[in-house]
Amino acid sequence: MSRPLHKVSKMKYVNKRKKQGLYDPAHEHDSCGVGFVVNIKGEKSHDIVKNGLSVLKRLAHRGAVGADPKTGDGAGILIQIPHEYFTKACEFKLPLPGAYGTGLIFLPQNKRLSATCKDIIAKIVEAEGQASIGWRKVPIDDSDIGRTARETQPAIEQVFIMKGKLVNTQLEFERKLYQIRRKIEKEIKTADFYITNLSSKTIAYKGLLMPEQVENYFLDLKDADLVSAIALVHSRYSTNTFPTWDLAQPFRFLAHNGEINTLRGNINWMQARGIDAIRPGGSDSACLDNVFELLVLSGRSMPHAMMMLIPGAWEQNKLMNKEVRDFYKYHACFMEPWDGPAAVAFTDGKHVGAVLDRNGLRPARYIVTKDGMVVMASEVGVLDIAPENIKFSGRLEPGKMFYIDCETSRIVEDEEIKEEIYSRRFYGQWLKENMMDIDNLPRVSVVEQESQETTTLLKAFGYTREDLKYVLAPMAEKGGEPVGSMGNDTPLAVLSSKPQLLYNYFKQLFAQVTNPAIDPIREELVMSLESYVGPQMDILSETPGHCRKLRVLEPILTNEELERIRSIQKNGFKTKTISILFQIEGRGTRDLPAGRHGEGRLLKALDRICHEAETAIKDGYSFIILSDRGVSEKHQALPALLSVGAVHHHLIRKALRTKIGLIVESAEPREVHHFALLFGYGADLVNPYLAYEAIGLLVERGDLVLDAKTSVNNYRKAVNKGIMKILSKMGISTLNSYRGSQIFEALGLNEKVIDRCFAGTPSRIGGAGFDVIEKEAKIRHSEAFDADTSLLKSGGVYQWKKDGEFHLWNPDSIAALQDSTRKNDYARYKEFSELINNQSQNLPAGRQVPTTLRSLFKLKKKNSIPIEEVEPVENILRRFATGAMSFGSISGPAHETIAIAMNTIGGKSNTGEGGEDPARFKDKRRSAVKQVASGRFGVTTNYLVNADELQIKIAQGAKPGEGGQLPGHKVSAIIAKTRYTTPGVTLISPPPHHDIYSIEDLAQLIFDLKNVNPAARISVKLVSEAGVGTVAMGVAKGHADMILISGGDGGTGASPVSSIFHAGLPWELGLSETHQTLVLNDLRSRVRLQTDGQMRTGRDVAIAALLGAEEFGFATSVLIVCGCVMLRHCHLNNCSVGVATQDECLAKRFGGKPEYIVNYFSFVARELREIMAELGVRTVSELVGRTDLLEIDEKILPWKAENIDYSKILYQPPGKEIYCTKVQDHKIDKILDRKLIKLAEPALEIRESVKGEFEIRNVNRATGAMLSGELVKKFGERGLPDDTIYFKFTGVAGQSFGAWLAKGITLELKGMANDYVGKGISGGKIIIYSTEKNVIIGNTAFYGAISGEAYVRGAAGERFCIRNSGLFAVVEGVGDHGCEYMTGGRVVVLGPTGRNFAAGMSGGIAYVYDKHKEFPDKCNQSMVELEKLSSQDEKEVRRLLTNHFKYTHSPAAKEILDNFAKESRRFIKVMPKEYKRVLLEKAMGEEELELLEVSDG
Amino acid sequence: MGDPRGFLKMKREGGKYRPACERVKDYEDVGIPRTNKQSQEQASRCMDCGTPFCNWGCPIGNYIPEWNDLVFNRQWERAAELLEATNILPEVTGRICPAPCEYACVLGINSDPVTIRENELAIVEYAFGHELIAPRPPKKRTGYKVAVVGSGPAGLSCAVWLNRTGHNVTVFEKDDKVGGIMRYGIPDFKLEKKILDRRINIWQAEGIEFKTGINIETISGFDAVCLAGGSRIPRDLKIEGRELEGIYFAMEYLVQSNRMVAGEKIPAGKLIDAKGKKVVVIGGGDTGSDCVGTAHRQGASCVVQIELLPMPTERRPEDQPWPKYPMILKTSTSHEEGGERKWSILTKAFKGQALPAHAYRQAGGRQGARVKMLSCVKVDASLKEMPGTEFEIEADLVLLALGYLYPEKKGLLEKIGVEFDGRGNVNTDDNYMTSVKGVFSAGDMRRGQSLIVWAIQEGGCAAYNMDKYLMGESYLPVF
Repeated sequence: MSRPLHKVSKMKYVNKRKKQGLYDPAHEHDSCGVGFVVNIKGEKSHDIVKNGLSVLKRLAHRGAVGADPKTGDGAGILIQIPHEYFTKACEFKLPLPGAYGTGLIFLPQNKRLSATCKDIIAKIVEAEGQASIGWRKVPIDDSDIGRTARETQPAIEQVFIMKGKLVNTQLEFERKLYQIRRKIEKEIKTADFYITNLSSKTIAYKGLLMPEQVENYFLDLKDADLVSAIALVHSRYSTNTFPTWDLAQPFRFLAHNGEINTLRGNINWMQARGIDAIRPGGSDSACLDNVFELLVLSGRSMPHAMMMLIPGAWEQNKLMNKEVRDFYKYHACFMEPWDGPAAVAFTDGKHVGAVLDRNGLRPARYIVTKDGMVVMASEVGVLDIAPENIKFSGRLEPGKMFYIDCETSRIVEDEEIKEEIYSRRFYGQWLKENMMDIDNLPRVSVVEQESQETTTLLKAFGYTREDLKYVLAPMAEKGGEPVGSMGNDTPLAVLSSKPQLLYNYFKQLFAQVTNPAIDPIREELVMSLESYVGPQMDILSETPGHCRKLRVLEPILTNEELERIRSIQKNGFKTKTISILFQIEGRGTRDLPAGRHGEGRLLKALDRICHEAETAIKDGYSFIILSDRGVSEKHQALPALLSVGAVHHHLIRKALRTKIGLIVESAEPREVHHFALLFGYGADLVNPYLAYEAIGLLVERGDLVLDAKTSVNNYRKAVNKGIMKILSKMGISTLNSYRGSQIFEALGLNEKVIDRCFAGTPSRIGGAGFDVIEKEAKIRHSEAFDADTSLLKSGGVYQWKKDGEFHLWNPDSIAALQDSTRKNDYARYKEFSELINNQSQNLPAGRQVPTTLRSLFKLKKKNSIPIEEVEPVENILRRFATGAMSFGSISGPAHETIAIAMNTIGGKSNTGEGGEDPARFKDKRRSAVKQVASGRFGVTTNYLVNADELQIKIAQGAKPGEGGQLPGHKVSAIIAKTRYTTPGVTLISPPPHHDIYSIEDLAQLIFDLKNVNPAARISVKLVSEAGVGTVAMGVAKGHADMILISGGDGGTGASPVSSIFHAGLPWELGLSETHQTLVLNDLRSRVRLQTDGQMRTGRDVAIAALLGAEEFGFATSVLIVCGCVMLRHCHLNNCSVGVATQDECLAKRFGGKPEYIVNYFSFVARELREIMAELGVRTVSELVGRTDLLEIDEKILPWKAENIDYSKILYQPPGKEIYCTKVQDHKIDKILDRKLIKLAEPALEIRESVKGEFEIRNVNRATGAMLSGELVKKFGERGLPDDTIYFKFTGVAGQSFGAWLAKGITLELKGMANDYVGKGISGGKIIIYSTEKNVIIGNTAFYGAISGEAYVRGAAGERFCIRNSGLFAVVEGVGDHGCEYMTGGRVVVLGPTGRNFAAGMSGGIAYVYDKHKEFPDKCNQSMVELEKLSSQDEKEVRRLLTNHFKYTHSPAAKEILDNFAKESRRFIKVMPKEYKRVLLEKAMGEEELELLEVSDG
Repeated sequence: MGDPRGFLKMKREGGKYRPACERVKDYEDVGIPRTNKQSQEQASRCMDCGTPFCNWGCPIGNYIPEWNDLVFNRQWERAAELLEATNILPEVTGRICPAPCEYACVLGINSDPVTIRENELAIVEYAFGHELIAPRPPKKRTGYKVAVVGSGPAGLSCAVWLNRTGHNVTVFEKDDKVGGIMRYGIPDFKLEKKILDRRINIWQAEGIEFKTGINIETISGFDAVCLAGGSRIPRDLKIEGRELEGIYFAMEYLVQSNRMVAGEKIPAGKLIDAKGKKVVVIGGGDTGSDCVGTAHRQGASCVVQIELLPMPTERRPEDQPWPKYPMILKTSTSHEEGGERKWSILTKAFKGQALPAHAYRQAGGRQGARVKMLSCVKVDASLKEMPGTEFEIEADLVLLALGYLYPEKKGLLEKIGVEFDGRGNVNTDDNYMTSVKGVFSAGDMRRGQSLIVWAIQEGGCAAYNMDKYLMGESYLPVF
């Protein structure tokens, strides 16, 4: 009778939206609050459950609500099976505890279907040799849940299954239950059905609920008989638009706060092993749970399994125990890390544990009480615990585990757990006996193989003169990535008339908001490129043979290394070379006419290669080398990327991929992006032999002054660095987890290509197929062998070239734009806009080049109206903004000219990252938009309160996911002043905002900023990529007022060229996806959308509006109006027209005028009006989202793009509200600061001192921020005299305590604080102390501090005082990355520090009290020197300690002060080298000045 | 870019010439070659712009920043290789191109442009001097036979590219030597003819067949043909007195002078000699300027050059903003050598004087009177006569340098039967093919009178299209 249920799916239980338009549920992200409460002794009580639920409620602000204010993203609790309660609650008799399994089942509401499900379950239970006991309806009360939640609510019942007779142990029974669950999941495929958990130990109550709803919804939870010793809770904040019942956590074993960045690859690798454990459609956390479950049920302990999946950063960590490293190394041989930010709490009902990822990117604090309870959560203060009951507190450290064994009633230390695990086997010995290092393979001599001339080969593989000059030469010379400027204005690969390498059809994805990018330079200690290549063994067992692998430290092989592998004969290894060449015919001559070149040969060749690879595995080979050596006139190479993708996916499908190492020997890859793609699609190692030859050529020619060997080594170094950067952009730390993770979006490839070679990669507009790829390769090849020149092509990508790639900014368009705006000549402007708008008509027939996605659109001009009816130019101008270009990236005159122009037209200019001179705040040179970027340079309270809009820059088009660096020599006195730093000292912008590692963090920053300046709207700048819509969704839920979607091709200043060209997608895609997703979820009305990125004309604006934008940003075009002629020299500080330079003599050449910009924007608005009249639309608001007025212009499609499909871009989702009509509720009306402000009135009005005392809890966030905003608005940056406002708090402060605290305010806290204490503090004073000695404040305290003082009696978490500009702080211990990126101020650390102290620290001084002489090992000394204290320093330290003692009564301070002469010698002074030099020079300069004065006198 | 800050360190140093008093006595090149060091210094000023407007301004798309960089780095050989890749005659354009590239140079916005033309010349002369330019016959022949009619810059450019890609090329030239206006129109003091011969010898060695002295009227046996005969019909000034003796088209005069300099003997009766004469050149362009220089060398007693249009400004006028090639006052080396230039002058009539008997004989026995005077009037900016400004200029020899109208249609063009455009030039489609299948056209014959770089560009484009026509696809460079 069993009907295939998956075909009947009319029920509405699951609210899971299907893929529609550009929205794809696959992009959803989780983030959340996680926590547990446990009784160490395993004593069960209902209190534990109640406490768990309290914790859950206190984490509510870490979850999110959607359009429906009562529907959260999901919440739940996992407890031990409350046997007594179930015995009472069930109508049937239950066996003994442990002898039955149970779990909540989400069933269809439809009775008949529900019954069918139950039948199936019963049958499966029986078939597995177990017995059904019965079903119980789970009592619920849904009166208080949200509309969305109710509409999709399942029928929740609980199943009871009795242990079968043949099952002996509980582990066996758990396995059985697992098998039953998997079988059921496979049988009942309808999305309406879900098993929360099926276990004999634990049970989860969860659903699409808000944290406070959980206890009221599940009536069971209220019963005092429901007892447990463990309560694991989770509150979900998903960026996803459509939270569902089944994605609520905790899962079977774990609750996860974070995001698995490598998920796609992890799933593929599991499939490649032939392991079917992952339930499709689950979130990253669900998948992690699936695999964790598999490993645990197969017999590994929970900590063991966790260490396999989320290893610590062991590769570079010399402080780590060797046995632990051996353990990790051994397991790296057959399990790739699940990489990404993660705080995971897990339990099997007897043990509870938590682990943090290697970067420590999620907070996890714990408190152990004297009465035997442990509370661990994302925040401290989630449960009110009397201070006297606290035994100790702490924080989870990166890569470390926290483990409680309720059976033995104790907390097991990280070291002990690890020791227990690594001592189970002789991992070290196994490694020694089995693992081979490539360096230990016998040397092989390399024979010159090529008969072809290097230049012919270079041509055949599409190398251009530019590739040599701008890509290879800088890499080989400097060992770093080449840098360029001014974005990308060339055609998309699928539109270009020049044959493109397949690589150019892919764009790199990057982390934004939902997880942070990593700094691969300053935080190199977590990064690793180490690879273990060769056949893998079964992950469910462990034998010495498991580590029979080839270990390769750097994945870019030299020719010699490749030959070593090719001739390998040890360890049973052998290598097979598979040629990826295929035969073709040359260009015809009179006697031999040019024929069709045998299409489809490429596909046949792919078939052959895949077949050969499969055969090689069967023949016992350990490695395959896919090689394109031997190209000749008649032998053409397949694109290496296509070959790798095809083989990798073929072997995954056959579950053979892990049986072999896949090595690429190819002439094709040369750029970092190429290598990243090869690894991302499955290559283990790559040998770029032709790139090496090309470098040889450069050396031979004298283009490089280095010798060939050094050059090649530099090049490899540059590639390695570049790959690390690409990994880190996504927040991935190791190549092992990046490999095969497919973190790319294809642009312009059709489904057939994707499905066969790049399965799972988003490719949203379709496009070129195998035939096009074949033809492009063929053109390159033929030309190389036919054209009678030894010269490579010019390229013209990085620079405009007459015979090169087309650029929208070309001499004609630049000249026309400048000419028209200078003369205020609209007709001439139309010539310009014609050059841009009709990209297909720019060139003679046969050379037409549509360039952008929008160039292919046609506007449907139907019901035109008279132009007078369209809203006036003035209205439209208000919607225009200029891009975030910092004073620093552009010259002072240019920056001010733009600001004046925008203020004239009522538009908005943007400070960019780097502050603004306060002298400009009140006049027409002021920028309406003040940007808040990761470096927080110049982000003072005063800066914030003087903004109309505060823009949080998450990413920028030119280099999304990357940080920046302003070298010391460019930091002039005036730049240093606006950035609150020291002239001459390098300024580093970290890749992520260190207070935004997740979506709930962003919501927090929005909240902080809104507190400081409630009048300013808060915007968030994102960059277009697949999934940006879901991120934007989360941002909208986080109460941003405006979201800016930047195109990946934009960008003005300097960036690595590979990022300019290969990261991020056009705004057309990102904007449409965002608009559609917001409309679909009924959130579009709450947030405005802006877009930018190569915006130039009124038509561009019209299309942006039609795709969903209300506001429009311009950058490059404005610079061009100001005189920029696209020299693309921004990175050289050498702009001959004075636009992008800090060189004073060049800045004088600046010839731009505000009028020109005013003219330009008026033209754009005028052109837009004309278009609107033609379309019959009267206002821009009415234009928003009207994709029905757009269609694709079939006539101008270039040959490669004939099958392009815009239906997803043009999709109009159901939803009525399609532009912003409402304001966000920021929830700042009832906050604690309102009280503080009231109390501070005398101070704010007549500068009178005020004092006050308050209780504080973790839900009181950003305390002091709004008060500071008020104060600074009134008194400016100088604020009030110190301590004028003095407030004392008792309790646990929520996040951002004392953020942007202004001068004149002192906050004293007795108790503890969470993350982001004192961020941006601008002159205020913060004092925190507690009876507790351990960690008392959270992570990332005093981030971007400007000035002020801080005294913390206790230790801080990770990243204390990072990017500190001028704060003086004393603390008694810090976690990892202390004082990172610091540029000024003084920090005294009286206790131990974590690793990587002072990374990227270019200024300021830290004094570390190194009692145990362990500090030097923990300090990153690449930019600092460690010194003894001078007498000056001693004075300084003494002063600060005296203060510290005065404010906090710190015994530690007292002890040192009492014996200062002796103890001061234990301090180490951490002195940045550059800072020292600059201070010295300054001192010398002053001396000279003094001398001069003397001689004058 | 050789030195990123080179443009801030080094000033522009333009080409240097021999003293006017010295050079006016001979026909040798007026220029003084630069030293390599000077060239390097000048090349260092190039900024290697992200958008090289010079490359845009150059009709043949010379890789200017690239070879500037190579010059700076003393990589002469590679600079030459790059130069040769776009320009078949850099030694000619390096001397006589009006250099639109320099007017487009980004440095020109707020400083002086790079000396691009001189750098070009330095490269190619270095290359010749070091025997870097040698015959490079194609590796393989396609078997196709192609004819090019006309051996001016367009025809030669077409021929060279077609030969390089492997076709068998025959060039037909009606004059007795190859080169067209380069040989016969441009005086030696600007372009010595040995420069041309040096290059033509190389092309011959590369396999191009030159058939000179043949004024072909039909053409057959070729797979494709390119017509590149130039625009040779001069614009006349049909006013009162035009029939007088002593009034010549500039080209009649220059061709004769060039032949004499080349050692040819001109029959006395046909000789147009400026010696001791008052010469008036009508037309203010380059050809007019060449006439001025030639007349001085022949010993004219006085040379006046008049132009209908107003005197251009010395600086770029507002309506011709950078990077356009502007109409500004150009003072050539010939102008520096003497004579007077007048602007806004309309010639209303030539006044003559009957020839005395001896002069009558000297003039080759022709009938009639000889020119003595020009009746002129000043015109305003819109070229309207200004009443009361009538005046006269004395003249014994008048040279008409008023440009060219269209190609000679009689003969080959009519026989083949190609169509003409509204201006009387040969009409082609976008692919340079005339109305007759397989017959292409390029250069002045197709686009009308223009600059030498445009002729070279046209020849290249025609070659690309002809190759594509023959082979289905072409790998020749196209700009």
